[in-house]
Amino acid sequence: MLRGAGVFVDDIAQPHACHVAFVRSPVAAGRITAIHTAAAKTAAGVRAVVTADDIGRPALTAVLERDEFVPTAMPLLAHDKVRYAGEPIVAVVADSRYLAEDAAELVACEIEETAPVLSLADHDAGVPPIHDEAPDGVLVDLQMFADGELAEALADAPLVLDETFRSGRVAAAPLEGRACLAQWQDRDDQLVVHLSTQVPHQVRTGIAAALGLAERQVRVVAPDVGGGFGLKCVVGREEVVAAAIARRLRLPVRWSEDRQENLMGACHGHEQEYRVRAGFAADGTLLGVDADIRCNIGAYSVYPFSCAVEPLMAATELPGVYKVGRYAARGRGIATNKPPTAPYRGVSRPQLVFVMERLMDKAANRLGIDRLEIRRRNTIRREEFPYQGPNGISYELGSYLEAMERCATEIEQAGWWERRKSDDGLLRGIGIANFSERTAYGTATMGMRKMQMTPGFDVSHVRMDASGDVTVTTGTCGHGQGHETTFAQVVADRLGVDPARVKLRQGDTDLASFGWGTWGSRSLVIGGGAAAVAAGRLADQLREIAGELLEADAADVELLDGHAQVRGVPDSRIGIDTLASTVHFRSHTLTHDEQLLEARGAANPPGMFSNATHAALVEVDPGTGDTKVVDYLVVEDCGVVINPMIVDGQVRGGVAQGIAAALYEEMTYSPDGQPLTGTFMDYLMPTASEIPPIAVHHLVTPCELTETGAKGMGEGGTIGAPAAVVAAVNDALRDYGAEIDSIPVRPADVLCVLRESA
Amino acid sequence: MKDQHLVTLDVNGREYEVVLESRRTLADVLRQDLGLTGTHLGCEHGICGACTVLLDGEPVRSCLVFGVQADGRSVRTVEGLADGDELSDLQQAFSRCHGLQCGFCTPGFLMLAEAYLDTEPAGDPEEVRDVVSANLCRCTGYQGIVEAVTEVAAARRKQRDG
Ligand code: FES
Ligand code: FES
Repeated sequence: MLRGAGVFVDDIAQPHACHVAFVRSPVAAGRITAIHTAAAKTAAGVRAVVTADDIGRPALTAVLERDEFVPTAMPLLAHDKVRYAGEPIVAVVADSRYLAEDAAELVACEIEETAPVLSLADHDAGVPPIHDEAPDGVLVDLQMFADGELAEALADAPLVLDETFRSGRVAAAPLEGRACLAQWQDRDDQLVVHLSTQVPHQVRTGIAAALGLAERQVRVVAPDVGGGFGLKCVVGREEVVAAAIARRLRLPVRWSEDRQENLMGACHGHEQEYRVRAGFAADGTLLGVDADIRCNIGAYSVYPFSCAVEPLMAATELPGVYKVGRYAARGRGIATNKPPTAPYRGVSRPQLVFVMERLMDKAANRLGIDRLEIRRRNTIRREEFPYQGPNGISYELGSYLEAMERCATEIEQAGWWERRKSDDGLLRGIGIANFSERTAYGTATMGMRKMQMTPGFDVSHVRMDASGDVTVTTGTCGHGQGHETTFAQVVADRLGVDPARVKLRQGDTDLASFGWGTWGSRSLVIGGGAAAVAAGRLADQLREIAGELLEADAADVELLDGHAQVRGVPDSRIGIDTLASTVHFRSHTLTHDEQLLEARGAANPPGMFSNATHAALVEVDPGTGDTKVVDYLVVEDCGVVINPMIVDGQVRGGVAQGIAAALYEEMTYSPDGQPLTGTFMDYLMPTASEIPPIAVHHLVTPCELTETGAKGMGEGGTIGAPAAVVAAVNDALRDYGAEIDSIPVRPADVLCVLRESA
Repeated sequence: MKDQHLVTLDVNGREYEVVLESRRTLADVLRQDLGLTGTHLGCEHGICGACTVLLDGEPVRSCLVFGVQADGRSVRTVEGLADGDELSDLQQAFSRCHGLQCGFCTPGFLMLAEAYLDTEPAGDPEEVRDVVSANLCRCTGYQGIVEAVTEVAAARRKQRDG
């Protein structure tokens, strides 16, 4: 990476590859009446111009086996209707991307425009349906928890908050966009697809299903992946189209989206609305929560996770670290004429934490209770674990209150309260947010979602070659999380060798037998757990062989510093590399019938809860409405920390994304559904100037459910930040009696509430 | 085909001759014609800085420069930073400070920082933050990047002042 020697999909040399450019819908909604391709077909360098009809109208269809879910097909290329501006209709294949784009301009699509449904308000106004299968526009409707006594609890509550919270549509925007290079290889009877993805095996299934191939006939390889954040854990229609073309033309075909395609045409996330009624006792105890959650999921249900990811997560996990008393929640996914939503980093939790924290702050203000105190009164306490929530979740041991108290101490010591007081015309505020993040969902937990394919477990193979070097395979698929480092640590630890001798191979469906990829903060916990199990088995083999050579009981052999030695007898040692070469080359000298040093391991934990408290210090300029986060602090607990540098890096990167969602980023549309944020000029991804230094402190509550004691933590940063930042903004505005309940908070929003309260 | 130009480039001290259409960007020339794929494209509209290279020592966005504009000039890319197997001080600092995660933005930041360090700056963190805010990173939250560049600025200053 540092030398520029990384290999991302677009870096793979393939001299004779053709390039695909897509002709995309210029309108948000309409009926396709004609597609004219003749001119493009004869343009310079063009190999093919492909419509849905040319490839047999294949589609990707996500299925949840629930009555409340309406399956809808996402065609690879639109053929009857277009459902969002930017939807691909025609693929132009040419000798270079320049020529493909030239020719794409010669394609003419005749579309009878219809009125788009863009927002939940449009939906409520009853605009015509987007999918015939779902005449009411609702693709999923989950009444997750019903509680007969909730109404009464709310009716009797001394304080009832009846609030609406909203969050804007955001783009994951990994710096490397989506990209693929597909080629058919006769020799192996296989379509080989290099792809920038988080889930190679699921893409294999998606491609095989869409093209009518056997799983074996598709090999998906993810080389270096330049960020994913959830966007790359769904199967993209464009990539499957490129694969279909490669198969049909028997030519290597590549597609690498440009930024405009990424922002306009790739999946988004988090456009949600929460209508919440919450009852509090006079002492601040939360008595009950009734939530009606609606997610604007865009035009299609993504494969394989479906459009239910956000509503399901929101309705299930809204309570978070708090004891909510009585609880009911309904989660709906509403189809609109915008790009589909994918499970973007944090999946609804940035929103639901924002909602719960707003409720706490509002109740604290109304009841005259300190903001920390009201949280103390409602947070699940150490002695209450394992805590059984009214949302059907059992929370294992965490440090919810401890994290908050530590955070309070840290910000006190860092002088935040002093800084908040400084009087220079800027408004300052401090915000605090507590959350737990369920991570590493195993099969049992995912099974409750009732997906047609249930993710969860992972497997790993560990093998030692004749020189004593170790190769580990995993079905997880990193894209910047440092798996190479942490997996090597975990495996080396079991084998007593230097981590530098352990090499991780990931992201190749022909290398790892199967896997569920990298998302949901699962990799180190599940994939790394599986690798640890496999390494443990390999260590047993090494101990057996060393026992024979050292004439000792295997149980007395320990592996450390690259050697096997009898416990307590340091001069009885043999190098692990000698053991390895003996097994490979001189097995006749052993009575042991070990022929190779290899082992397989699996892990399938139920899903555990990391937790954290985030605190933000912001400055709001009342003149311009501009908000700046000037300091940030995280106290987090992800169980045993395998590698602090990597954990901190994940937290900081996540916080930056959370600050972005709180203050800067939003995909916006004109009233007729044209995207207004198609470049980084308009879609405001924060730079180093907008992201403050972020202090990270660790608490360690080892997890008993995982092999390494670690809990996942990949998304936490993103989850806590919007709540903390908006709480800080509201704290800054407090003297004005102004409140903001939606993100992002833009300067105009601040000016608007200040003006209203003046 | 008309509109072809013979262009001579000095890239990382090596001379190349390429025949180019005038609309071909320098980024595409480096990546596709010369096989120097370390320079990345994150936006192709001049905002993200992933494609930053040094043109006659100045940092430029190679997605906004046409190949023909680089005719007869010297280009430095990320591939030219290390001395054989030995990583440069800046590359080492990026690794030490965890200034990269997915690594896609890294070449652009390295070249941006290299140009900045060449100006022999004081290198206080605020200034560094300001300078590196020319480029975008989606993964790191920038802290490691700022620390790496600040460290190298200090070390080089110390070396200079001897
Ligand atoms: S690719 Fe050149 S600035 Fe983004
Ligand atoms: S490290 Fe991934 S974009 Fe910077």
